[in-house]
Amino acid sequence: MSETVSGVVFLAFAFATIGGAVMMLATRNVVHAAFWLLEVMLATAGLYLLLSAEFLALVQVLVYAGSVAVLVLFTIMLTLRRREDAIRPYEPGWAAAILATLFGAAVLFAVERFASQLPPGTMPASVPDLALFGQTLFTAWAVPFEIASLVLLVALVGAVWWSGGDGS
Amino acid sequence: MSPIAVGALKVFAAIGLMLGNGVVLIYMLRKVLGRLHLRHGPMEMGPAGMFQTLMDVVKLLTKEDITPRAVDKWLFRLAPLMVFVPSLMAYAALPYSDSWRITSLDSGLLYTFAVLSLVPIGILMAGWASANKWSLLGGMRAAAQQIAYEVPLLLSVLPIVMLVGSANLGTIVEAQQGTFLAVLPRWFIMNPLFWPTFVLYVIASLVESNQTPFDMSEGESEIVAGFATEYSAMKFGLLFLSEFSNGFIVSALGVALFFGGWSLPWIPASWYAAAPIIGPAIFIIKTYIGIFFMMWIRGTFPRVRIDQMMQLGWMRLIPISLAWIVFSGIVIKVWS
Repeated sequence: MSETVSGVVFLAFAFATIGGAVMMLATRNVVHAAFWLLEVMLATAGLYLLLSAEFLALVQVLVYAGSVAVLVLFTIMLTLRRREDAIRPYEPGWAAAILATLFGAAVLFAVERFASQLPPGTMPASVPDLALFGQTLFTAWAVPFEIASLVLLVALVGAVWWSGGDGS
Repeated sequence: MSPIAVGALKVFAAIGLMLGNGVVLIYMLRKVLGRLHLRHGPMEMGPAGMFQTLMDVVKLLTKEDITPRAVDKWLFRLAPLMVFVPSLMAYAALPYSDSWRITSLDSGLLYTFAVLSLVPIGILMAGWASANKWSLLGGMRAAAQQIAYEVPLLLSVLPIVMLVGSANLGTIVEAQQGTFLAVLPRWFIMNPLFWPTFVLYVIASLVESNQTPFDMSEGESEIVAGFATEYSAMKFGLLFLSEFSNGFIVSALGVALFFGGWSLPWIPASWYAAAPIIGPAIFIIKTYIGIFFMMWIRGTFPRVRIDQMMQLGWMRLIPISLAWIVFSGIVIKVWS
C-alpha cells in the first residue's frame, strides 16, 4: 500500500477511535455508550491491521468486540428495569472533575518523562505468520502464557462458584 | 488494474454471490421444506414456481419502509447493516478453488469466526432499537446463544488446525487431496479422529448461524419474529439475506474443513488446469449439498428450548470439545 493510502486509512481509523471514545463519554444513553465502545474496539482492530498485526486484530475483534462488548450490552440491558432508564442525567461533580484531571496529569507526566527512554521500535522486515507466532508463544513465552491461563482458570472457577449451583 | 479497483471488484463479486445465494436459498428452502412436509411448495410463478423468489424480491424492494415511532432511530437504521456487513466480510477467506479466492489469509479460519461473531451484535442492536419486548427477547437470546457457542465452535475445529499445522483454509483443503486405496477420498471426514469434531462443528455452527432447530432469537411460535418483528421492506430483506448467507458460510466452511473443498479425487488434475471453473463449481455444489442437509435438519427437528440449549452449550459442548482437543493432540503427536 502506498504512503498516501495508508495515511488516509490511518487517519480514518484514528478519527474513528478517538471520536468514538469521545462520543461514548458524551452520550447520555448507556446503550449508545456501549455501542460506541464497540465501535472504538473495532477501530482499534483496524489500527492493528494497519500495523500488519493480523492475529492481534482478529483476536481484538473476536474477544473484545465479539464477546466483551456483547457482555457489556447484555449486562446493561438486563439491569435496566425500564427502557427510559437508559438515558442518564448529566451529573457533573467536583470529585469526578478532580479525579479526571489528576489522571490526565499522571498520564501526561508518564508520557513526558518515560516516552523518550523507550527503545525505538523497528518494524521487522517480514511479518511473522500465525505458525511462527504460535511457536514463539509456546516456547519463548511459555511461562507467562501459562500464568495468564492459570489466572483465567481461577477467574472461571471463581465465576462458577460465585454464581452458585444448587449445592451452595 | 490498480489494487484498489481489484479490491472493489472482489467486494462486488462477494455481494453478487451473497445476493444470488439468497435468491436461490429461499426457493430451495421452500421446495425442500415443502417436499419434507409432503406438499409442493411454490408452483404458480414460472416452471415449478421458479420465479416466486424474484417476485418476493420485487415485493420487498417496493414495500413501504416503516419506522415505528418509539424506535431508537439511529440504531434501528444501523442494525441491518451491522448484520449484513460482517456476513459479507466472511466471504473473503473462503477458498473457492486453488486460484479463485478473494484473499488467502494465513489465519483464514480465525478470520471467518471473528467476523461471524459480530453478527449477533447487529441482532442485539436490532432487538434493542425496536423498542419491543419480543424484539428485545430475540436480541438477548441471540447474544446469549453466541457467547455460549462461540467457544465450542472455535475449539471444535482446532484438531484439524493441529493436524494440518495451518489455519489457512486453502492449505487445509490442499491437505485433503488424494485417495485411500485409490477409491475413498482423503477427506478429513474419512478420518475417525475427526468424527466427534464434525458433530461438534455441526451443532455449534447451526447455533451460530441461527438455523432453525436453534433459532430461538426469532422463534415465531413464542416471540413473533424476534429481533425482526418491527422491520419491514428491504431492512427486513437485509436481515434475512444475512441469515441465508450465514448458512452458506458455515456450510462452505464445513466443506473446506471436512469434505475436501474444491477437490474431487476422481477428477484428474489436468482437468482443473484445462477448465478453472471446475474447482469453484464443485465447491459450490458441495456447499449446497451441505445446505440441503441443514434444511433437512430444519424440517425434521422441533425447536429446542432456550434453557436446554444453554445447558447443552456450557455443560456439554465446551468440556467435550476441550477433552477432544487434548485427546487428538496426543494422537496426532504419537502418529507423526
